[in-house]
Amino acid sequence: MNSQDPQVVSRRPGFLTRDALEKLFIVLSQLGYQILGPVVRDGAIQFDTLSAADQLPRGVSNDQQPGHYRLEQGENQRQFDWNHGPQGLKPVCFSPREVLWAEQSNPPVFNPVPPNIEPTAVVGVRACDLAALAIQDRHFLSGSDPDPHYRQRRESLLLIGVDCARSAATCFCASTGDGPALDGGYDIGMAELDEGFLIWRESDKGRTVIDQLDLLPASDAQLETMLQSTTQASLAQQRNLPDCDELLLLYKRLEHAHWDNVAERCLSCGNCTAVCPTCFCYEASHEMSLDGETAQMVRQWDSCFSATHSSMGQYQVRPTVKQRYRQWLTHKLAGWQSQQGRIGCTGCGRCIAWCPVGIDLTAETVAVLEEGSLDV
Amino acid sequence: MSRQKPKLAVHKFSSCDGCQLALLNLGEPLLQLPTLVDIVHFAEAGPSDPTAKVDISLVEGSISTPEDVQRIQQVRENSEILVTVGACATAGGVQALANFANRNDWMSAVYTDPDQIETLQTSNAIAEYVKVDWELQGCPINSRQVIGLLRDLLSGVRPREELQPVCMECKRKGLICTLVSLGEPCMGPVTRAGCGALCPAAGRGCYGCYGPAEQVNDASLLQRFSQLGLDRQALARRFHFIVNQAPAFKAAGERLKSGSHDRNA
Ligand code: SF4
Ligand code: SF4
Ligand code: SF4
Ligand code: SF4
Repeated sequence: MNSQDPQVVSRRPGFLTRDALEKLFIVLSQLGYQILGPVVRDGAIQFDTLSAADQLPRGVSNDQQPGHYRLEQGENQRQFDWNHGPQGLKPVCFSPREVLWAEQSNPPVFNPVPPNIEPTAVVGVRACDLAALAIQDRHFLSGSDPDPHYRQRRESLLLIGVDCARSAATCFCASTGDGPALDGGYDIGMAELDEGFLIWRESDKGRTVIDQLDLLPASDAQLETMLQSTTQASLAQQRNLPDCDELLLLYKRLEHAHWDNVAERCLSCGNCTAVCPTCFCYEASHEMSLDGETAQMVRQWDSCFSATHSSMGQYQVRPTVKQRYRQWLTHKLAGWQSQQGRIGCTGCGRCIAWCPVGIDLTAETVAVLEEGSLDV
Repeated sequence: MSRQKPKLAVHKFSSCDGCQLALLNLGEPLLQLPTLVDIVHFAEAGPSDPTAKVDISLVEGSISTPEDVQRIQQVRENSEILVTVGACATAGGVQALANFANRNDWMSAVYTDPDQIETLQTSNAIAEYVKVDWELQGCPINSRQVIGLLRDLLSGVRPREELQPVCMECKRKGLICTLVSLGEPCMGPVTRAGCGALCPAAGRGCYGCYGPAEQVNDASLLQRFSQLGLDRQALARRFHFIVNQAPAFKAAGERLKSGSHDRNA
């Protein structure tokens, strides 16, 4: 492996010392971006506004297991040694709760309520979340009527991705083909080394930033470390999903006994869908003032695990937890293939770690596919 | 509902008055309220006409005395729409914890002359005595719920019922799950949303004051919580707490106490 490796050639990285990372922050600010990046808060990695590189976590990694998330403080100086917290880019573009428009009754007027948006650089985005963003883009932006709020937020972003040099126990992006190395969908790419960063531009938007960074040339050894890191992270993954064709067999297992087994454990709490970076379901409802003169149309995240999601009038299409879990899994892993051209899972493992009772979709999928006989 | 300004009454039974405060804490909408309804009875705020005929009655508090039993019948007869608000009215309240014990034993332990006290053996939800048209869960309820309910009733539409669990509010607020990140047991998955995930926002687990969510899977919760060091009896006490008489919480607590976790039993 050397600098002629096709992946290296397509990246053309330069080297940035750890101390010089501050320069990236300065350039981003000078170009008018507010910076969103990882901070440690309440025991998890969360994205928040940053003003300087020294606000980034140092030596922090994560232990993620079914129903379990803990940060660990190590001795090293790495700033991107964690994988992710409960949220990535989803709340950045698809707001958890927002006013879509405002109304007044007399005379009847509908007023847009445009979101307050600034150009935003997001530092530290992972490959699985970029793949998920592409799925959300297809959902919210394709067709003749793109979602205006989503679009404005999405267009304001400059995405600075980083390769994952290690995987959490819940990660399985290698099996969905979405990571751990960055593979498109970002503006600037980074790979973290002990001594600093390899950094490259992926888009023209990214070039403006990179051109101002005075990068040092990357050595062959550094390029090789970069490639080896993601290979090792990939090989270390403990979970995987069957391939897409096999997942379509879920449709033939709708009456499989294992759905009852999951339903015995599932709380129908919706945490899996809320943390899933691809889940896009929402509910929209009127919130009126007490005097009825004004109202707001409020949109907020919904979930196929909530009773309202499948209710039509007063009729609930999926009253049982078994039906809801089955809906979630079959839609995500089979239904999306025809609707979106790929499965709705990018292997981030969040639904496993943040499920209060540690339900593991990779295990449930295999159980439904492997045990018992096919339905007719 | 009549064509003039609808009449509103707020009745109190056995309770702490906290839910009435949700009305008094409405802020600006409190000033709109008298332009929309005639508040004919609301003792805590001033107007007092407990036997008036009204369009909407909001009822706070549980039934715990023979006199309460009489009075709630009268309130029902006088009200076109009767709405119970809060844990006491909808489920007997925290005072219904005494339902699990022998009331006479407690009375003689607490009072020198218990014969002076006229009380029922149990504290009960309003719906056990009269038909209830709508209910707002919560201990206490909050102003947002009250505005939504009154507006919907005034518009003549079916009030919107909160059916999601606290977890959904918790995640929408970007809070970090105490259960997953701290290993602190949280009742959010089995508790109805509405409070805005107040307790997880303060870094502690929910203790279920908004009552049962649409799905209550106590068997699974037990399995998880016991890994975190909370045993069956301790979890039973979390169900038999503020909203202990709500059917789903009551049954879950009883299953846990008796050790039968078969949800279908
Ligand atoms: S289904 Fe689970 S693992 Fe897949 S993208 Fe969603 S949260 Fe991540
Ligand atoms: S799978 Fe887990 S996170 Fe998802 S609804 Fe069920 S219990 Fe909640
Ligand atoms: S902290 Fe509680 S309410 Fe919030 S997601 Fe976790 S279990 Fe649900
Ligand atoms: S989080 Fe739970 S206990 Fe706390 S206020 Fe809300 S419903 Fe009540």
